[in-house]
Amino acid sequence: MDNLLKLLKQNARLSNEQLGIMLGITEDEVAKKIKEYEDKGVIMGYSTILNDELCSTDNVTALIELKVTPAADSGFDDVARKIMSYDEVESVVLMSGGFDLSVTVTASSLKSVAEFVAQRLAKIDGVISTATHFVLKTYKDKGISVNMEDKDERGLVSP
Amino acid sequence: MNYDKLLSSKATALKPSGIRRFFDIAASMEGVISLGVGEPDFATPWVVRQCAISTLENKRTSYTSNPGLLTLRQEISKYIEKTTGNTYCPEEEIIVTVGGSEAIDLAIRSIIEPGDEVLIVEPCFVSYAPIVELTGGKAVPIETKEEDNFKLTADALQEKITDRTKLLVFPFPNNPTGAIMTREDMEPIVEVLKKTNIAVISDEIYAELTYGTKHCSISSLEGMRERTILINGFSKSYAMTGWRLGYVCAPAEITKQMLKIHQYAIMCSPTVSQYAAIEALRSCDNEVKKMCNEYNMRRQLVVSSFRKMGLSCFEPQGAFYVFPSIKSTGLSSEEFCERLLMEKHVAVVPGDAFGESGEGFIRVSYAYSVKHLTEALSRIDDFLKTL
Repeated sequence: MDNLLKLLKQNARLSNEQLGIMLGITEDEVAKKIKEYEDKGVIMGYSTILNDELCSTDNVTALIELKVTPAADSGFDDVARKIMSYDEVESVVLMSGGFDLSVTVTASSLKSVAEFVAQRLAKIDGVISTATHFVLKTYKDKGISVNMEDKDERGLVSP
Repeated sequence: MNYDKLLSSKATALKPSGIRRFFDIAASMEGVISLGVGEPDFATPWVVRQCAISTLENKRTSYTSNPGLLTLRQEISKYIEKTTGNTYCPEEEIIVTVGGSEAIDLAIRSIIEPGDEVLIVEPCFVSYAPIVELTGGKAVPIETKEEDNFKLTADALQEKITDRTKLLVFPFPNNPTGAIMTREDMEPIVEVLKKTNIAVISDEIYAELTYGTKHCSISSLEGMRERTILINGFSKSYAMTGWRLGYVCAPAEITKQMLKIHQYAIMCSPTVSQYAAIEALRSCDNEVKKMCNEYNMRRQLVVSSFRKMGLSCFEPQGAFYVFPSIKSTGLSSEEFCERLLMEKHVAVVPGDAFGESGEGFIRVSYAYSVKHLTEALSRIDDFLKTL
């Protein structure tokens, strides 16, 4: 990969000036190259977080808020049971507040999560609405820190 | 117990490393960001780590032969032939050592007797002179200067040669200056040496890390193989500092003596590291290139930043350090570094830790992420504005 792309991938917020210095070209040349990449569609956009660990495993996790009409006899239980039966579902929790069920879903891609929501969840009797939030980064899970930046194990000063 | 009577005067006379003292201050402080380390920030390539794991799984945990695994020596021989054009016999002329440091120790101890003089190109890595002193030899520094791009000149060399001179320590690419010596730079040096019986310790531990000009080993110049002790290792190029593995290639007459010391002091280098090193030599060319490419981009960022701050900064051609001059601040290297540490919590190494001629300079390592470098450099900039 071109060094410019490599640097942008590491940190898309480096200035054109900094990029130029590191690449041994002028600021204008950097701007021109970036524009070319954008026009060609090589650079498709700039996102804030790129977690390699999330990228390299194909799995995508989403938190889905469901509003549900409770049944006269079983309340939310029947709907919850139905949702629980799907393999993609990791957790189903009844919440207080603005929505009723919170569902954690893990699937292989954004598309399959979307399909799951549209084809399965939204079609269940009693489900009024869904709101899907994708997990971007996990800092702590079950009491354990995960995905934190590697600590520099080297001493402060050495020959 | 009277320890004064007990301890060797040669050991007690050794000065503790200036770097060590600095490390102790830095370690006692909170929130320090460092540009002070002399080792890569990359992890050892995964295939090498994996090879070490399978070495353990396969129960290869015994000693190897004294000079190291023959397969490894054969790979080293191939690598050296490819990079220098010289052939070293794996059976007789190559020893696998515990880092480049042991190789330095073996080379000096095999050659130096009390009263012998060793010319040491300075500023340089910290261990040459102390080992010379332990042997009873005399370390004679040859200063390199910023205006000569920190290269050794034939005149400077000639001036320091006496009847007692036995060795020249020739450390390029250089830690801390980042200077390199090209073939053209070395030709006049070789002319001087060829008229003498002086051997050369060529410490080429940073050989793979040069930017623009490929490294040229002094051993590859005509007439130099017979008088060169070539030292290299895996620490810097393959990011394997903690594996403690280096090697030395030299004429059999010299390695024969070195091997005896190695045999009695060390037995053999770590077995797991040796197997891993075979893998490194066989399959990590691309990884080395990738790391070198990263260092190069950072190097340009750091040099440019120091120049923007108004400091004179030699553009290093090798290793992963810059060596800006802080003479314009009116502070000594020690004062500068200590105040920078206290006031801005940034650790860099005072130039005089690498020999007196390093006074007036600081060593800044760019073996750090761009984000880390940018933050540290901006603190140094703030510090300079307060002076």
